[in-house]
Amino acid sequence: MSPASVFVCLSLTLLSDYPVIRVKPDNSGVVTDGVKHSMNPFCEIAVEEAVKLKEKKFIKEVVAVSCGPTQVTETIRTALAMGCDRGIHVEVSGKDYEAMGPLQIAKIFAALAKKEEASLVILGKQAIDDDCNQTGQMTAALLDWPQGTFASEVTIDGEKVKVVREIDGGLETIKISMPAVLTADLRLNTPRYATLPNIMKAKKKKIANMKPADLGVDMVSRVEVLRVDEPPTRLAGVKVETVDDLVAKLKANGTI
Amino acid sequence: MLLGKVSLTPALCTALRISPAFSGIQKQIGAAATQNARLYASSQAAEAVLDKQAVGTTTATKAATAKKAQSVESQSFAVNMFKGQINPSQVFPFPSVMNEEQTQFLQELVPPVSKFFEEVNDPAKNDSLEKVEDSTMESLKEMGAFGLQVPQDLGGVGLTNTQYARLVEIVGQHDLGVGITLGAHQSIGFKGILLVGSPAQKAKYLPKLATGETLAAFCLTEPASGSDAASIKTLATLSPCGKHYILNGGKIWISNGGLAEIFTVFAKMPMMDEKTGQMKDKITAFIVERSFGGVTHGPPEKKMGIKASNTAEVYFENVPVPIENVLGEVGGGFKVAMAILNNGRFGMAAALSGTMKGVITQAVDHAANRVQFGSKIHTYGAIQEKLARMTMLQYVTESMAYMISGNMDSGSKDYHIEAAISKIFASEAAWEVTDECIQVMGGMGFMKGSGVERVMRDLRIFRIFEGTNDILRLFVALNGFQDAGKHLKSLQKALKNPLGNAGLLAGEITKRAKRTAGLSTGLTLQGSVHPELSHSGNLAVKAIEHFGVTVEDMLLKHGKNILHEQFVLKRVADSAIDLYAMVVVLSRASRSLSQGHASAQHEKILCETWCIEAYDRIMKNVKDLKSSSTTQVFKNMKAISAAVVENGGIVAPHPLGF
Repeated sequence: MSPASVFVCLSLTLLSDYPVIRVKPDNSGVVTDGVKHSMNPFCEIAVEEAVKLKEKKFIKEVVAVSCGPTQVTETIRTALAMGCDRGIHVEVSGKDYEAMGPLQIAKIFAALAKKEEASLVILGKQAIDDDCNQTGQMTAALLDWPQGTFASEVTIDGEKVKVVREIDGGLETIKISMPAVLTADLRLNTPRYATLPNIMKAKKKKIANMKPADLGVDMVSRVEVLRVDEPPTRLAGVKVETVDDLVAKLKANGTI
Repeated sequence: MLLGKVSLTPALCTALRISPAFSGIQKQIGAAATQNARLYASSQAAEAVLDKQAVGTTTATKAATAKKAQSVESQSFAVNMFKGQINPSQVFPFPSVMNEEQTQFLQELVPPVSKFFEEVNDPAKNDSLEKVEDSTMESLKEMGAFGLQVPQDLGGVGLTNTQYARLVEIVGQHDLGVGITLGAHQSIGFKGILLVGSPAQKAKYLPKLATGETLAAFCLTEPASGSDAASIKTLATLSPCGKHYILNGGKIWISNGGLAEIFTVFAKMPMMDEKTGQMKDKITAFIVERSFGGVTHGPPEKKMGIKASNTAEVYFENVPVPIENVLGEVGGGFKVAMAILNNGRFGMAAALSGTMKGVITQAVDHAANRVQFGSKIHTYGAIQEKLARMTMLQYVTESMAYMISGNMDSGSKDYHIEAAISKIFASEAAWEVTDECIQVMGGMGFMKGSGVERVMRDLRIFRIFEGTNDILRLFVALNGFQDAGKHLKSLQKALKNPLGNAGLLAGEITKRAKRTAGLSTGLTLQGSVHPELSHSGNLAVKAIEHFGVTVEDMLLKHGKNILHEQFVLKRVADSAIDLYAMVVVLSRASRSLSQGHASAQHEKILCETWCIEAYDRIMKNVKDLKSSSTTQVFKNMKAISAAVVENGGIVAPHPLGF
């Protein structure tokens, strides 16, 4: 049985090279108003992989999913322009959106994957704004599906998926059965540029709308953010002439 | 001779400032203009304007004066300002012409295009290779960049002018060489097919042009015919079988000449003139395929800038062109050429506003970080003035680009003066801004690595091609004079039947009496301009009034010879440009204030500063045109020029005597 549909789950993040990210005056978080947002780079890689699999005819349909406020539909449209067939926008806004974390998102994705009988769920390994690196793993656990995380190479082999994973020690190759969850790492592929004709075609593709409640997901967060601070400003360095001087200085300020 | 039965009292004459000798002037301007058509041919001044003129004189004599007063008035702001009138309909409020779908679509297009130009296109490489990298060309074709304004059902992206402007702004910001390659193809190369092509021609050619499978080029210029476009010699003769035109001739400096498959070629054809019964050369536009045979091209020209763009000579030797490939009307080629150039002009202002944005960012980055004499250099007045001027010039250009594209999208057909103004302004502003950017950056600006010297080299051609700025200034002035002249003529007609036109005449008399007394004539921008900008609005109104008077004065003083008074025409054009610029920023800043934008106060300062300086420039021009010392200066310049021409160079002997 060839896999029917693949879910690519996208996250909308703060633009990575935005010049100035500021902490809010009340230290409750980071200022997001007016900061340019775009699709998380790892999610772009995930979309690219899914579309590639479809082009190689391993899968029939790619569905792009994302949770968040209306802005998120732009991200889904970009995924559609890259080649996904349809989209699902799970609306989360206001306080719920601010409190939304990997667990809530994973619950939503898991519920959707089950509802739509997905064979593969592909995500970016982590979002570049919060660097949680949890959503993929939690989604797999909630679904009780195998997971292939930090994928730098994905091959479908019948009912199984061979995943080459980037780990601290090097590369690890595993074989897991579908349905499964994969998370994309940097070297998996190079995402294509959405062409203008594809963006035009994407306008005709459907994006379904729903709320977490429709999926029976409770959005209450078990995590409370106490405080967000900027990293300490880098202090000036001191130049020394000899190694002896260096050792003396390090001893003097208690480092050794 | 002026009037029928009503006596023109001296008082009336003075009040109306009409000299008894005025009567034949309008007709004479028309006749002289026709005779001198070839002088200003390349600017759309020539046939299009003169045809209008010819129509004007014949119908004016037929129409009753009352009817004339009700005839269709141009909605163009520029046309009306030459008459000293304000028609705010096209300029206030600042046009906002995209519906939600178009806006959303455009918002989706901007990021991938920007990303492509930031990450994939390598302008330095394109410049040193003297061509656009093959992989980049392929990606641009895939992206759909070659058919942005081709309708979607023919394979293009189907963008409106405003959407197109927004995208070429991105291209202009990053790589003008690529910009010209794209522009020569779609903004002029096959624009004729879009504008006047038959459905069969569109269906045949547009799909492949839209995907970039075939490239297009616009072939007008010849070795002996640049600005004087009506004098081209490439010849098209009907074959004996009557099914083809045989094309013979050579074109020079054709962008994409070495790459194109489809050429829009302008050639002359001897035709029977119905009115005189004599054979006359008329220009016809043709769609020529390289595959017709006989089309060859020369090697790529070595240029100062836009090196990535291919420029070559194109030769046509007995090329058989099927009669179905005539573009537009037989003999109507000149109008087609002018329509094409006119239609694409706003794109230049949009692209250059992007270019300026880019270099300003570089200049600011440098000024904000460079420390000299213990402080960051942006704290010094000299640098502050530069950055401020650069910012204002960019703001004006951007405002013009989107006002004109907005007017075009709203269906206006009457934008040729504004389009010409925007081309002149944008090309000169971009040059100034980039030059100042290099200055702010100091030695770094001069180094290849910074990329600004390439932009400078790329920009130089923009003041030359698509109608040199000098010709376009004449065009702006002459077009304006023609309309102002018509207005004066209609007053003349009104005088023939003053009782029937009491209202019109009374209005004019009152207006002129007030002007003479230095009072406001009721012209106002109140209601259009935001209250916080009312002072600047008043400056604009005063400037328009003085400008209108100056235009009339010049017409009355020079009559038909105004055509030859290029020193005058240039100053009138410069004032027109400054005036339009004032109004454009008043409109944009008013909108920002009304909508409560975060930047509204900043834009207010930009607008006010611009208006103060523009007003001063306009008033100086107005004063100069009245002053006798300026007339002397013009005479002197003529004499100096004659002397050096006669001498083949500098005349004054060396200070050392050898």
